[in-house]
Amino acid sequence: MDFQVVILAGGFSSNLVPLVSKEVPKALLPVANRPVLSYVLDLLESSNLKDLIVVVEGEDAALKVGGWISSACVDRLHVEVAAVAENVGTGGALRAIAHHLTAKDILILSGDIVSDISPGAVAATHRRHDASVTAVLCAEPVSGPSESGGAGGKDKTKKPARLDIIGLDSSKQFLLYIAIEAEIKKDTRLKKSILCAAGKMELRSDLMDSHIYAFKRSVLQEVLDQKPAFRSLKQDVLPYLVRTQLRSDVFSEEKTVEENGNGNGKNNMQSNEVVLSQILSNASLPSFHQVYESGLNSRKTHKCCVYIADESKYCIRLNSIQAYMDVNRDVIGDANHLSGYSFSAQHNNIVHPSAVLGSKTTVGQNCMLGEGSQVGDKCSVKRSVIGRHCRIGSNVKVVNSVVMDHATIGDGCSIQGSVICSNAQLQERVSLRDCQVEAGYVVNGGEHKGETFARK
Amino acid sequence: MGAQKKGGARVSEDPVEQGHQRLQAILLADSFTTKFRPVTLERPKVLLPLVNVPMIDYTLAWLEFAGIEEVFVFCCAHSAQIIDYLENSEWSSHPNLSVRTIESQKSISAGDALRYIYEQQAETSQIQGDFVLVSGDTVSNMPLADLIKEHRERKKKDEKAIMTMVIKQSKPSPITHQSRLGTDQLFLAVDPKTKQLLHYEEDKIDHARGSVCLEKSLLQSEPSLLLYSDMQDCYIDICSPEVLSLFEDNFDYQHLRRHFVKGVLVDDIMGYKIFTHEIDSSYAARIDNFRSYDTVSKDIIQRWTFPYVPDINFSGNRPLKLGRQGIYKASDVVQSRSADVGSSTVVGDGTKIGDGSRILNSVIGSGCCIGSNVVIEGSYIWNNVVIEDGCEIRNAIVCDGVKIREGAVLEPGVVLSFNVVVGRGFVVPAYSKASLLQQPTKEDSDEELECVESSSVAADLLAGLNLEMEARESDLGPDGAGYIWEVCEGANDEEWKHSVAPIPMDKVAEIIQAMEDDDDREDESCVPTSGELRSDADSINTDMNDPGDDDYGYFEKEVEGTFLRAVEEGIVVENVILEINGLRLSYNMESADCAGATFYSMMKLAVDTPHNSADELCKNAVSIITKWKRLLGFHVKKTDEQIEVIMKFEEMCQETAKELGTLFAKILHVMYEIDLLQEDAILRWAEEKAGADEADRVYLQQCEAFIQWLKEASEEEDDDEDDEEEEDA
Repeated sequence: MDFQVVILAGGFSSNLVPLVSKEVPKALLPVANRPVLSYVLDLLESSNLKDLIVVVEGEDAALKVGGWISSACVDRLHVEVAAVAENVGTGGALRAIAHHLTAKDILILSGDIVSDISPGAVAATHRRHDASVTAVLCAEPVSGPSESGGAGGKDKTKKPARLDIIGLDSSKQFLLYIAIEAEIKKDTRLKKSILCAAGKMELRSDLMDSHIYAFKRSVLQEVLDQKPAFRSLKQDVLPYLVRTQLRSDVFSEEKTVEENGNGNGKNNMQSNEVVLSQILSNASLPSFHQVYESGLNSRKTHKCCVYIADESKYCIRLNSIQAYMDVNRDVIGDANHLSGYSFSAQHNNIVHPSAVLGSKTTVGQNCMLGEGSQVGDKCSVKRSVIGRHCRIGSNVKVVNSVVMDHATIGDGCSIQGSVICSNAQLQERVSLRDCQVEAGYVVNGGEHKGETFARK
Repeated sequence: MGAQKKGGARVSEDPVEQGHQRLQAILLADSFTTKFRPVTLERPKVLLPLVNVPMIDYTLAWLEFAGIEEVFVFCCAHSAQIIDYLENSEWSSHPNLSVRTIESQKSISAGDALRYIYEQQAETSQIQGDFVLVSGDTVSNMPLADLIKEHRERKKKDEKAIMTMVIKQSKPSPITHQSRLGTDQLFLAVDPKTKQLLHYEEDKIDHARGSVCLEKSLLQSEPSLLLYSDMQDCYIDICSPEVLSLFEDNFDYQHLRRHFVKGVLVDDIMGYKIFTHEIDSSYAARIDNFRSYDTVSKDIIQRWTFPYVPDINFSGNRPLKLGRQGIYKASDVVQSRSADVGSSTVVGDGTKIGDGSRILNSVIGSGCCIGSNVVIEGSYIWNNVVIEDGCEIRNAIVCDGVKIREGAVLEPGVVLSFNVVVGRGFVVPAYSKASLLQQPTKEDSDEELECVESSSVAADLLAGLNLEMEARESDLGPDGAGYIWEVCEGANDEEWKHSVAPIPMDKVAEIIQAMEDDDDREDESCVPTSGELRSDADSINTDMNDPGDDDYGYFEKEVEGTFLRAVEEGIVVENVILEINGLRLSYNMESADCAGATFYSMMKLAVDTPHNSADELCKNAVSIITKWKRLLGFHVKKTDEQIEVIMKFEEMCQETAKELGTLFAKILHVMYEIDLLQEDAILRWAEEKAGADEADRVYLQQCEAFIQWLKEASEEEDDDEDDEEEEDA
């Protein structure tokens, strides 16, 4: 396909403290008992995209991630792990790995996506339009949470997410305008030239950027070279490309061809592809870009496309603790096809055969109990994920929570809406509600609500 | 009685509530503009012939066909002529459509007209329910019954839905940003589900700014909205009675769109809503200017407006015979064998065409006499015109009774009003407008005025004309008669936009060039704001969470808007001062803020005005400052305020308008010269800045010589301060 895939796996995301730590970078945070990065890798594998570059911020994190990857999927995928400096932003990360990029088009994914949007379909759309950039958007109410009924409980009352404003053409194929929500002040200013060229524009504020992009490599690299101030793909590069789509004098056609030639010496293949994409694009009505170009000979345009995922598709980014809770809930709940496990038909849950349950202990629907975990008597586990080799005492209630590997929970604890990281310890009769407990932390007792337990 | 039946059907669907409601329409037989001058000085616009039939007949015939039962024709300018015409036409005794006239001499805008109707209505209760509001220059064949029904049903569900506006797709030219009807580009935002109108913006002069502004709240309340740039407003509105009372309540509403629609959308009056209805298969257009006159005429000839086409009798006109290639000819046309009447041409009855004449794409009225070897292309010749041998007429409008003597040439875009005589061999320059009446010398600043002085004045003028004519040589050749009107100032460049003549190629090239320049400039302005720089600035702002700061931003924007409007419309300084002061109070700002914001708008205007060199920019800036000196002076009285202005200037130079940087000292000097800034203020500013770090002192250094000079000039200045200054520098 001549697509290279770049996964931006981040480093130690500060949003996710205390869940992440030096030992567990964001990419390895377990979602339903396996690292979040594995979801992206599976997704790509399902589209037969096997040449991947995983970009990790920070050497330490890169080593950790690399270690995991080599143990987990060395036989299935060809993965390179590249370390970049911390806090360079997505743009900076791509600059740093520029020499690795050779293919004509590049698919860029964020490493923290849990989704079932097909990257293959995105790549195909990108090619079909011969676009400079294709952004993947999905509907705002991510399929899971809204249907989970009472399951959400407290989690559901989240604030409406702040979304970007996105302008689409009437065929919903082209991206005409994008405003990052955080940057919108009192009013939105739209460039008239693009609006005039397209005639109609549909402004949507109910679409979410899924952080999956396909770029034409030459265009991406040129922008990154020319605009050293651009840090972020989403906030800088994408809006810039959208804004300049009707006068892309920076990207002269000759240059593109030439670079392609240098790229991998597959000239014939490429020109065939160019012809093919032209045939494909000519088959439909000319896009407004072509019309605009033909009106003003001196102009060159580039296309910014969108791939709008079907509403039934699931897509969420793990970029906050709330999102972490949601993802876990969904992956063992409504979006359980993503988890890669088969749920028991009877109870709609997964209890590992080696797990030990005490008497009168119930494990409800949408639960996951990892390998070798022990649960004492008269416990109740509902809509929660419990990791491997956890020890849970008697009379413990775990609801809407995530308990990571090797955690120890004393008798009579009650845990709701909380995250207990690995090796953490809850002594007897601890009651937690909406709390996070850092890895290895020992909670001594008492009732806690909305607290974060971490060593200073 | 088709219309009656339609009415009946509706009643049976909904017998209880509606009863039989007559379908009524208000037809404004006055456009309240001056775009058709000088022609409209002598005859009202609605009676001007459009393909040989008065415009109002198209409108009335369509209303009748669409099932309207009662039309109120509102007459203002030349009301006597209109009333007279209607009384003698078949409309006076039409079986299905009763035409009633309302006369008011005082109205100078559509708003006034509707207020007048509302007041009258209180006495007579003529308007009973929803009505169609159209202008008397509308040509359409769209069905109205369903639309009215839709409007009524919506109204029943939602009390606040008071108006439905008809829009039609019409993609404006990407180059001139003008629709084919010669109207400005329109930007609409519509809710895709309910079709509610959310934003209405007519692109005027500020298209250079290149962006549409939408309120953030608009986007937050709606998950999606449609933004159109390819729609044309047909000026056909279905209104509920509330519209009339709204006009009554808001006595400053003049223009239907600029004031009323904007008012409802922006000011959110009682939550009233306006909806849109898009038509696709039927025709609707309003003749707003000479270009749309040309376009609509062609549409009629091409039969887009069927059944309102020249070969069908729809209003007592004598149908013409349709030949091949869209040639319509009356039966008694006398045409020489060697004359060539080309495609898409209409020739009225009793017209004679001489040998070897060539007529193409034109409309010739009745009773005209065209000599031999005349060339007429793309022109509109009305009735009883005499064109002598060898004339050439291209893309012109020639009114009744005009005489064009031998060998005269009308260049594209010429408009000859009634009874003008063009002298032998005279060449009428392009885009000129000629009339027997002299151009009113005192141009009324209010553009909404259409010939209020109206018929009586015109008659007087005409009476005295013959004498005068002899005394003064005609503008149209020695044996001609008539004055060429001077194009009023400012409109000079605009003339080609609204003319019957096609847009000349060099103009198009010019615009494309300008567009590219614009883009380049935009590019420059874009680069520093995007990227990291901006997001940083943003985050700082949000961190600080300083509401005052934001407020100031809005305030500044408002002041800028007010100022630009003042410049565009030539509002007197006193009023601008009042307005800005009003803004100051409503935003709770200091006088110093006002000073800063006003100065900022001025400089911004200077920078935005096209210029080639720094010198030119400086000149621009100085001229703006001098022109609006009093405005700035009003707020810049105290030393504090003056310092604020200097600081603002400095800030601008650093951030938004780097071009100004090099001119800092010059402009400061000019402001000192014209007494806007006192030396006290400048020196205090210098003092304050002296302690700042290197980067901040750039402009101080630039002005060093000037400040030095100021200090030397004032002897009271004590010495040690001087020393300090030098040390710093």
